[in-house]
Amino acid sequence: MVRAMADQATFADQAMDLMPSLYAAALRMTRNPADAEDLVQETYLRAYRGFGGFEQGTNLKAWLYRILTNTYINSYRAKKRRPEETDLDEVEDLYLYRRIGGLEAAMAGRSAEDELLDRFTDAEVKEAIESLPENFRMAVLLADVEGFAYKEIADILDIPIGTVMSRLHRGRKALQKQLYEFAVQRNLAPPPKDDTMSDTHV
Amino acid sequence: MSDCQDSLHELYRYLDGELTEDRRAVIQHHLDGCQPCAEPYDFEAELRLIIRKKCQEQVPDALVAKVKAALLNEAAKTAGPASDA
Repeated sequence: MVRAMADQATFADQAMDLMPSLYAAALRMTRNPADAEDLVQETYLRAYRGFGGFEQGTNLKAWLYRILTNTYINSYRAKKRRPEETDLDEVEDLYLYRRIGGLEAAMAGRSAEDELLDRFTDAEVKEAIESLPENFRMAVLLADVEGFAYKEIADILDIPIGTVMSRLHRGRKALQKQLYEFAVQRNLAPPPKDDTMSDTHV
Repeated sequence: MSDCQDSLHELYRYLDGELTEDRRAVIQHHLDGCQPCAEPYDFEAELRLIIRKKCQEQVPDALVAKVKAALLNEAAKTAGPASDA
């Protein structure tokens, strides 16, 4: 009992600092600020209650993300009849690089491509991530935004490492396709030269 | 030739820090001498940084306050004298 209370006092110190990244992840998951706030609050409550079961010295952030993810899946996704199982179109590797990587040469500046990438707005990058079907979105979010290792992602999402890798592989390509579409819309990149690139294959 | 194919095949695992040290050294050595392979690596690494940078969020003050209040309330419940004894 005493130990539990001491644990819970430590909890606030350690866990509150992680709120910005948990809140950002909650926003990408729920795509809605009100739901994201509820999700974060619920996550902290569950974590607080379960903190006695957290093994000190292991990764607190990964543990909190596991609770966040489970809470999201159980409370929010449950509103839908079935989980989103949309599949993705198959697109080529290095999708974005093959379309805008070459502009670097045309712009003659050594870091021109970096500048080009930097012209994507925050809103565009967030929207591109949020446009991914849920399974892919979670994997990309945990790897590319949060920097978790494959093994940690496998534990957080409760899926095999091979599944993590395939979701990442396909999710990243789809993310790049969406970013390219934003770049074309804003005239940052030339439009596709033929329609085989632009949309689904028949 | 197969060095280039290997290097592209392992691009994401390299960037994700998921290769063994030996494998990583082999790829690094190849990239040092192969500009056509190094370019997509640099591009993907830069894209990763951009994604991370542009997905930051400011936590609303109200949310911090709500969470703190909820945790205090929870603590009061578990430490409450009326609950058992």
